[in-house]
This record gives sequence, structure tokens and C-alpha cells, in this order.
Amino acid sequence: MALAAAALVSGATAGTAKAEETIKVGVLHSLSGTMDISETTLKDVMLMLVEEQNKKGGLLGKKLEAVVVDPASNWPLFAEKARELISQHKVSAVFGAWTSVSRKSVLPVLKELNSILFYPVQYEGEESERNVFYTGAAPNQQAIPAVDYLAKEEKVERWVLAGTDYVYPRTTNKILEAYLKSKGVKAEDIMISYTPFGHSDWQTVVADIKKFGSSGKKTAVVSTINGDANVPFYKELANQGVKATDIPVVAFSVGEEELAGIDTKPLVGHLAAWNYFQSVDTPENKAFIEKWKAYTKNPKRVSNDPMEAHVIGFNMWVKAVEKAGTTDPDKVIDAIVGIKVPNLTGGVSEMLPNHHITKPVLIGEIKEDGQFDTVWQTDDLVAGDAWSKHLEGSKDLIADWQTVKCGNYNTVTKKCGS
Amino acid sequence: MIFLRNILRALVLLLGMASAALAGPYEESLPKFANDSYADTDAAIGAVAGSGNPLSIDVVEALRDGRLLVGSGQVFVRRASGELVNAATGQAWGNQTGELKPVRVNNRVRRAIEAALGSLTLLSSDAAKRLEAARAVFRSRDEAALPTLEKAIAQEGQPHVRNALESARAAILLSKQDALPAQRLAAIEILQARGDQEALALLSNLPSHATPEVIAAAGKATDGIQTRLAFWEAVQNVWYGISLGSVLLLAAIGLAITFGTMGVINMAHGEMVMLGAYTTFMVQEVIRIYFPGLFGASLLIALPLAFLVAGLVGVFIERTVIRFLYGRPLETLLATWGISLILQQGVRTIFGPTNREVGTPAWMSGALDIGAMSLTYNRIAIVVFAFAVFAILLLVLRYTSLGLYVRAVTQNRRMAGSMGIRTSRIDALAFGLGSGVAGIAGVALSQIDNVSPNLGQGYIIDSFMVVVFGGVGNLWGTLVGAMTLGVANKLLEPYAGAVLGKIALLIAIIVFIQRRPRGLFALKGRAVEA
Repeated sequence: MALAAAALVSGATAGTAKAEETIKVGVLHSLSGTMDISETTLKDVMLMLVEEQNKKGGLLGKKLEAVVVDPASNWPLFAEKARELISQHKVSAVFGAWTSVSRKSVLPVLKELNSILFYPVQYEGEESERNVFYTGAAPNQQAIPAVDYLAKEEKVERWVLAGTDYVYPRTTNKILEAYLKSKGVKAEDIMISYTPFGHSDWQTVVADIKKFGSSGKKTAVVSTINGDANVPFYKELANQGVKATDIPVVAFSVGEEELAGIDTKPLVGHLAAWNYFQSVDTPENKAFIEKWKAYTKNPKRVSNDPMEAHVIGFNMWVKAVEKAGTTDPDKVIDAIVGIKVPNLTGGVSEMLPNHHITKPVLIGEIKEDGQFDTVWQTDDLVAGDAWSKHLEGSKDLIADWQTVKCGNYNTVTKKCGS
Repeated sequence: MIFLRNILRALVLLLGMASAALAGPYEESLPKFANDSYADTDAAIGAVAGSGNPLSIDVVEALRDGRLLVGSGQVFVRRASGELVNAATGQAWGNQTGELKPVRVNNRVRRAIEAALGSLTLLSSDAAKRLEAARAVFRSRDEAALPTLEKAIAQEGQPHVRNALESARAAILLSKQDALPAQRLAAIEILQARGDQEALALLSNLPSHATPEVIAAAGKATDGIQTRLAFWEAVQNVWYGISLGSVLLLAAIGLAITFGTMGVINMAHGEMVMLGAYTTFMVQEVIRIYFPGLFGASLLIALPLAFLVAGLVGVFIERTVIRFLYGRPLETLLATWGISLILQQGVRTIFGPTNREVGTPAWMSGALDIGAMSLTYNRIAIVVFAFAVFAILLLVLRYTSLGLYVRAVTQNRRMAGSMGIRTSRIDALAFGLGSGVAGIAGVALSQIDNVSPNLGQGYIIDSFMVVVFGGVGNLWGTLVGAMTLGVANKLLEPYAGAVLGKIALLIAIIVFIQRRPRGLFALKGRAVEA
């Protein structure tokens, strides 16, 4: 909170005093409301990255300045605050949003005022916009490899797709269902279950999973359950004695932050698929965690996947601005494709023409201390697909902002706009 | 006990040293643990467990507990006391763990450990270990364990362990390729008697070459088990309903006093529940640091404290805000809503926005198996607790002078005042009582939900629904309302899904309230009109 206040104050004073010209970077993350649990961390990361860049001498000879606003987990307010950042504060790029609905609400503003958004969270795909750079995972960088791992290593034959009832789980599960069926999994071996936001009584669902899983075929749960509902879900699993060795649960929305509020001992062995874990043992990651803990003055502060996405996104933007020699959005959008920066897991991520990036996929098992132990990872970085190859409506679509200059180019009809 | 265990360990060590002289499969497979490959670890577990070396139990158990360390190609077991033992020779190795790393395990390795320990500990002297081993063998269906299993059955004295051992044998025989039809038939009989999901799974995966006789018997057993399971599933759904109903009852019962009898639309009711949950968290933190031995009793200690904290906050709110707003429902609603936001943000500022970990005492973890359903202990505890709170509250209102005054004031405030009752003091106490009860509900809810600043918001709508549905001003109505909603919700859920089930229930309540605006148990008489 103190940091946010300080940034706001410095933003205000710099605006009036005009002591020296700066390049402004907008930070659009909820600092209050239901999403503050996840988004506050990302605001802190952005402030740290800006401070660090300034220590290196800034950008294009000017100092960087972070402008922090609070959209308060209120989706329409995201659009208003984005407008404020771009037209009032004249920021050169915006880093922010968490839920898909907040991203969608910012989109029209970005297009109208022609600015750039870096979006750091794993999402359902099926989108590519000229003004947005997706530094989180697309479904083929998280969900599909996780399912492959379970099928290969754990010999899973029966699948429970459990999710919260909104757009990300619904789209992801649609993609997964099509993918599993294409791999020869029969319809009766797939169970799909949706629950409302904040669902807290998991008795029936867990009993159903147990029943579904005791047919003699190896069963796994693919969980797109979101946010707060995860804690009671895992508690119920533990109490009903569903162990990871019998029915493993692989989650796409549970990271180090979410595990902080649970007693993880009964959960050892359940899985999560991400592109980054705090426990990854590379010099880059070690240095980053050290800086992060020193910056937040909290030796227990955890790091997670969307934080790494912001690190990559910020570094890419810095390089693109240096390459273009200006912060003009049109020039940066052209310059950033093909830019490569090291990620924290030992590889080099590249911005692709479809505005997604290349990332490694890591599967981790929950350890007793609430961290993840990487049990598997892809040999190479995986390129993010804006449009899923497994869905009827989207498999012919490609996004390419270099050659065809289109986010949904249909390769069959050769037309933009499907 | 400890003395005996030490003797046993010494014996094991001695035996280990004796056998270390000859290098067998045990010594050859040990270095595989150092390869940092799950496949090699898996293979090594099998080889170590099958070697018959007396150290093998120690090695596999150490691997399970993360005490198996490797360094420069050698493998060590770290004892609970911290001393290191060379796994190959059984000799002590000093205390430093400088360059040593624990062997990593994943689910595949954990399954191998479970299976290996199963066959290794079948003949253990500890009955609980034998039972655990029998269950592990039942799951792994490891044919190599059959001879040991026969031996264990022959010498087993305890009926329930013997039962588990026989199920394990039946599971192996049913799927074993060269089992005789007579053995299979006997196995089917045992599995039918077992009658659970796992037995069903085994019966439906018969080897393809089984004789027609065996297939017919399996079919019959499957039908029998399915009927039994269908019955238990219905019972289980009703139980889930009661359990959800008791959560609703706990959340709503405080509101039944503040809203039901005093008529205050208290939007900050959920935050009282949250304060109770955070009190539990604080109590556990203190216990963890200063009195670790008391952890099992942490919830009992938290109960009175949560009642006090939430109750005092309630009295404070009543004295400073609500007492100026009696008879102005809209203003009360807005004011208490504001209070709820203040409390939420206050807790968020003090404790941070992230969830806080409230531990579950050992006696509340796990599940009780009755027939083919499993009742989790924490849910049983909550059901019992909810009914106890309800009964106590009923007695307080019926048989104490405070209860008498509260009833008198709610029925006719002016008359009660004329009789010498200090009505404003009773208002404050009644509001404190309602808030305090919400606080102890928070202790129970901390066991099944997130302890976060948003905890209360999840329950406020449901609480109002229960009180309105049950009939305002009537504790019995709250009980029946909570149970009806809980059971109806859980009976709908398996068919309609969680989302549609909830929608259907809401529509049903709206229709019901349209027909009977005063709820299930409407109060009659002048009190209602006043």
C-alpha cells in the first residue's frame, strides 16, 4: 500500500513540476476488491522493474515513471482507468489486467486511443489483437501439455474436467474435450463438471469424482477451478481421502500464492502446470527472487508465473523501444515482433507475429512446503497459438501482425475476419 | 516402547552388517537412487524390496519421508534423531548433511513405495501397519506378494485385519492369469461381501479367458453391489444435505436473533462470522508458537474467544450506530453495509488480502466409513456443533432471564419498558448475543472455507434466505429452513449440477415467498403487526 501511495504521489508531483521529461508506464492492476489477492503482487513487480531500469540509466536517455491506478476488481472501471492512463497521463504502454473479462473491457479503449497492453496471465486463447501482447500461456502452452503428461507418465485413461462456470474454464475444457476425443478417449471416459464462483460445498462433486475414478481405469482431474474456491476443494479432497497417487489433480490456476493459505501436507503430489515455478533452479531465477525479496523487504514473499510474464513483457518492451528509438505505439508494435529476451527458467522467449510468446511448459508436484517440484518439462520452448488447432471454428484461423496484418485470418477462405 | 524399538533397530543394523559382506541385488540397485531419474528410482524400489535385505524397509520408509539422501554416488538413511546411516552397510556416518540431497519422489515413485511397503510390512508386529499393508496390496495387486499374504492370513489373529488381507488375496487371484476357477469364485464371493466401488471395479475387469461360470458369478455379484451402492448413494446425498444444512444453520442462526427477533437488517452479519474465523487463526498462531501441545484443543479454546470478540464488536456497533436507527430499516441496511465494508477493509489492512491458514486438528481429519459411504470427521463435527449451538440458544431464550427480557422486548417494547426492563440494554445484549453466535459459527466455518476478508460475503445472502424462508422471528423456522434448503440443494445437485441446482432452488424459494411472504413458520399475533 505504501508503495502504491508513493508511486501515486510521485506521479502527481512529476505531473505538476515537470522537472524532467520522463517516459510513463501505466500499471493497471486491482489493488482492492476480490482480485487484489492476485493483482497487488503484479503491481509491486512492475514498480520493481521500473526502478531497476532507472538504475541502469532509464530508457532512451530518459527516466521511466510508473503510473499506478486502481480499477478495484470492477470490470467497467478497467476501461475508464485505461482511458485515464492513456489520454490523461500519456503513458507509452500499459501493463495490467488479470481476468479475461477485464482484458476484454480494456480492448476498445486500446484500439481507439492506439496504445499497447501487456497481459501477463494464462488465458483461454481464441484472440489476437494488434494492441495486446499476451505474455501468459495460451491453452497449448499449459492445458494440452499437462494432459499429455498425465496420459504418458501417469497412464491416465479417464478424465474429469472440473471448472468454475465462466469463459476461461468453459473454453479451455471445450479445447481439452476435443483434443482428448481426437486422441481416442471415449465420451463416457470424460466427465465435465462446473461449479459457481466461490463454491464452498464440494462434498457432492468430490464424491462424484471418487465414484467416477473407481472404475478400474486410471483417472485424473483437470482443474480450472478459479481463485478462492480452490481451498475448500482441496480440503474436501484431503478429507475424503483422495490421494494424488490414486486420483491426481492437475490445476491451471493454482500457484504459489494460492497455496499460501492451505495446509499442503495432504496435497503432496497433486500437480500444477505453469511456465514458471519459484523452485526452478537457474541463476536467472535465483537472482530475480533475491531482488524481489529485497525489494519487498519480506523474506517469505513468493514469486509466481504471472510475475515472470511481466518480467518478460517489460524487458521485451524495453528492447523494442530501444530498437525503434521511440515509444510511439505503431513503431513499437512493429519492432517488438522477433525480439528475444531471457526468461527465468533458463531459456530465451521470443515475441511471435501473433503477439504471443514462446515459453517452456513445466509440470510441478506440490511439495510439503507449498512449493512445486518440477517433475517434467518440455525439451523446447512452445510457441503460443492464438487460435486452437482442436476447435472446429478456430482451426483454420491464424493471427499474424507482420505479413497479413490480421488477428483472425482464415487460411481456407483467405480472408481476414473469418 | 522406545526401548524395544531401539533394540529392534540395533538388531536390524547387526543383520544389515552381516549381510553387507556379500553384494547382492540390494547393493547393486542402491546406486540407482543417485541417478535423479524417476524410472531408475522406481526400479530400485522394486529391487530393494524384493532383495529380502533387512535394511530394505528402512530404505523405502526413508524414501517415503524424504530422509533418503544421496551424495557422491552413495546412499544414506537419515534417522529421526538426525544421525546418518550408510544404506549399503548399515554403519553410522556422522551427522553432517552438507553435500547430500534427498532423493526426489513423484506420484509414480510414491505408488511404488506404497506397493513395496505393502508387501514388506504384511508380517509386521503392529496390527495397524498390517492393515495398512493389506490395503496397499489390495490396491497394487502385486502377484509377488501372494506367498507372504497366505502366510499372513494363516497367522492373523485380528478379524478386521484378516478381512483386509483376504480382500487383498481375492483382488490378486481375480486378476491373476493362471488362477483356478474355484479360486476365482471364492474371490468373487469375498469381493461381493466387501461390496464397494473398488470391488465393483475389480469385478468389471475380469480377465478375458475366465470360465462362463466365473463370468456369471461376477455378473450376479456386480448386480448385488450396484443395488447396494445405489441405496448408500441416496443415504449419502441426504447426509450431504444435512451437512450443508448445518453450515447454513450456523451461518444464519445469529441472524435469526438480530434480524429475526430484533428486526435489524444486519448486513455486517457475515463479517461477524469472519471475525470469528480470524480469532481462530490468531488462537492457532499463539498456540503454535507458545503451546504446541495444545493444538488439538485450539478450536475449543477459540470458541469462547470468538464469541467474545464478535459479541463485543456487535455490542459496540449497536451502541454507536444501530440504536439510533431502530424502526428505519433502509438506513439500518445502508449503515450496516458500510460497517461491513469497514470491517472487511480493516481486516485486509491488518492481516493482508491473502488467505490465512487455519489448521485442522488431527481428530477432525479423515473420514468414518459406514456402509459404502464415508463421512468426513470435520463435517460430522460441524453437524453436531450446529445442533448444539441451536439447542443452547433455544434454552437461553426460553429459560434465562435474558431470554425472557429479549422475548418481552421484541413482543411489546413499551410494555416491557413499563415493567422495568431496560430495553436499550436488552437491545445491546441481544445484538451482542446474535453477533457472538455468528463468531462461533466462524470457528466452525474456518475448517471448511477460506479464511480471507471476503469470508463473510459468501454467507450473507444464504443466511438471509434461510431466515426469511424459515419465518422471521422463529428459531425453529431457521432450523427447518436451513435443513430444507441444504437437503433440497444436495438432492438436486447430482442431477442438475451445482450451478443449475442452485438456480432451481432460488426459483423455488421466490415462488414460495410469493405464496407465503412470512415464511414456513409465520409468527402470529400482535407482535408481527407492531
